[in-house]
Amino acid sequence: MVSNTEYRSRTRRLITTTILVSIVPMVLVSGLILYQFRYSYHEKVTDHLEETVEKHKQNIDVFLKEKSSDMRFLSRSFNFEQLRDESLLESCLATLHQEYDPVIVDLGVINKDGMQVAYAGPFKLGQARYAEADWFQKAMRSEYYISDVFLGLRNLPHFIVAVRNEWNGEPWILRATIDFGAFNELVKNIRIGHTGFAFIVNREGKFQTTAYLDIGAEKGSYMNLLDEPNPDLNRIHHIEASDESGTDYLYVTAFLKNGDWLLICRQDASDAFADFRKAFSAAIAIILLSCLGVVSTAYLISKRMLKRFAQVDHEKKIMSRQIVETGKLASVGELAAGIAHEINNPVAIMVEEAGWIEDLLEEEDLKGAENLEEFERALNQIKNQGSRCKQITHKLLSFARKTDTRINDVDIYEFIDEMVSLSSQRAKYGKATINTSLPPGLPTLRVSLTELQQVFLNLINNALDAMEKEGGTLDITVQLEDTYVVFFVADTGPGIPEANLERIFDPFFTTKPVGKGTGLGLSICYGIIKKMGGDIDVRSVVGAGTTFRILVPLQIPEEVSEEEDVATVEKERSEQVPMEVRILNDNSKSG
Amino acid sequence: MTIANVLLVDDEVPFVETITKRLTKRKLTVKTAFSGQDGLDELAKSPDVEVVILDVKMPGMDGIETLQNMKSQFPLVEVIMLTGHATVESAIEGMKRGAFDYLMKPCDIDTLISKVQEAAAKKRQHEEKIIEARIKEITSRRE
Repeated sequence: MVSNTEYRSRTRRLITTTILVSIVPMVLVSGLILYQFRYSYHEKVTDHLEETVEKHKQNIDVFLKEKSSDMRFLSRSFNFEQLRDESLLESCLATLHQEYDPVIVDLGVINKDGMQVAYAGPFKLGQARYAEADWFQKAMRSEYYISDVFLGLRNLPHFIVAVRNEWNGEPWILRATIDFGAFNELVKNIRIGHTGFAFIVNREGKFQTTAYLDIGAEKGSYMNLLDEPNPDLNRIHHIEASDESGTDYLYVTAFLKNGDWLLICRQDASDAFADFRKAFSAAIAIILLSCLGVVSTAYLISKRMLKRFAQVDHEKKIMSRQIVETGKLASVGELAAGIAHEINNPVAIMVEEAGWIEDLLEEEDLKGAENLEEFERALNQIKNQGSRCKQITHKLLSFARKTDTRINDVDIYEFIDEMVSLSSQRAKYGKATINTSLPPGLPTLRVSLTELQQVFLNLINNALDAMEKEGGTLDITVQLEDTYVVFFVADTGPGIPEANLERIFDPFFTTKPVGKGTGLGLSICYGIIKKMGGDIDVRSVVGAGTTFRILVPLQIPEEVSEEEDVATVEKERSEQVPMEVRILNDNSKSG
Repeated sequence: MTIANVLLVDDEVPFVETITKRLTKRKLTVKTAFSGQDGLDELAKSPDVEVVILDVKMPGMDGIETLQNMKSQFPLVEVIMLTGHATVESAIEGMKRGAFDYLMKPCDIDTLISKVQEAAAKKRQHEEKIIEARIKEITSRRE
């Protein structure tokens, strides 16, 4: 037998297996795909950013180069002496303004001592001294120079493009101030997505353009790059970092101006990967939903399957019990037939011998004997006991053999009446009352009357035996259920203990004292009802009583041909000669 | 005057002996045999036997077989089957093969005797009919 806990553990196992088998591959596959997708999406995003940054780097480099080329052109076109003429310088500035963008604010010519000898532009900076200025010192050392952004004398952010040239062996410098605003716009206009923007810092990390957002606080993330002693100037770097507030940023950087400046493009990671995040959350949602679906399906299907298993197991159990029962009945039948025959012969001899003694007693010389009556009594006793033996053996034989299987129309009302009147005498002695409850309109049954009588007499007698001591009520109830007529034989006796309930249909199982029961009555009933295609079962509560339920089908299943054969021959015979031997009608005493 | 000439065939010797005594006491002439073959031999020796009481279950030649042989060799003899083996099948088998009736052991002696009487009466009737038929034949031949 399979216990409930085992069913539960089986259910658990089934559920776990189903879930594992369906979820693990799903999660693995989707995880792999998501990972790959994330990787390539990252690549794509950073590639795009890098490309943008590279483009702008080139733009800015080109811009700066252009300006310095302009200056170089100017300084080559005119010599120091010519350019000292401020009117020429101003016309040059005007031409530049006209031909190029108005990004060049002013022009200045500075001699080797750092003295500005000529100036053209909106500020009054003539004769300014730049000897101490950082940019001047640097400009004197190289052929051309672009400064960082600084405030300078005019107190406005700007930067300087300076070109060094020689006049009569003396170096001099032509410088141009680039309008910071215009340059700033150039960088500020680099926008990527919703949050991406660009700015430039110098090697010290000072802002060379105004950033779209104030990011002064989290400089550190890209400063490492600036600290590198020999950075690869052509490489575009990308860094992912987060600030104190936990926001992830994507930085893409490129060196400008031979590594002096760093163009930095920053975008919120959440913005950069927004599409991916959307797809990712959708995928996760779908996976979770599928998991949920798998789990619930697994649960439901497993439950249903296990329920079915339990049912099948139960049916199997019942069936095997029936098979055992039938097998037992069959083998006991064989045994019983053998025993009955073996016992019948000696009993016959005993009874005959007793009869012979009786015959002899009738002879005259014994007529006057003192103990004649005792002899006769003893002989009668022997005869009676002999016939009791005969009854027992006949019962055994009727158990083992086919009985009177002729099918009759049985009227249930008449039948129950007959049963009750047969038992009423016994019931009276046992202080038991018999109640019957039959609904109107019951159909007639097509069964063997003798067999049905046998079953009911057995059950009624058992019930009356059970109530012998205390008295009680015997209820016979009949109901119609589908294609069955259901009989209930209920007593208010002491009930049958649980341990005995399973065995009461076993042959030779009896609780009656030796000599009172053969233990065959109920197994005969069982065999008869089963053969009819019906069913018999018992429910009992110790102390409250026992109820037998008998189901008899309205349409009896087809009898096997052999039995029909017997029945017809028997019928023929019964028409020819009066039947002397009734094998069956001695069942009035139950086993 | 004997009621009937009976041959009792049964392998149970004590049973045969007692029944013989009881039947003899009731004015039946009883011959006995303890097996099917003995029964056939006895029947061949004593043509005056009218009724055979035959046990169904015997070692060697069983009741049914014996009955078959008797009926083929001595068609007029009536046979009452006696069985300790209460099988409807064997009884029916016996009836089919021409037994007069069957009784079950242990049986009431009076029932047995009345059966024997009926069987004997039937046999005599048969014989009378045969004699009548013969007489008719003979008389018709003379005419």
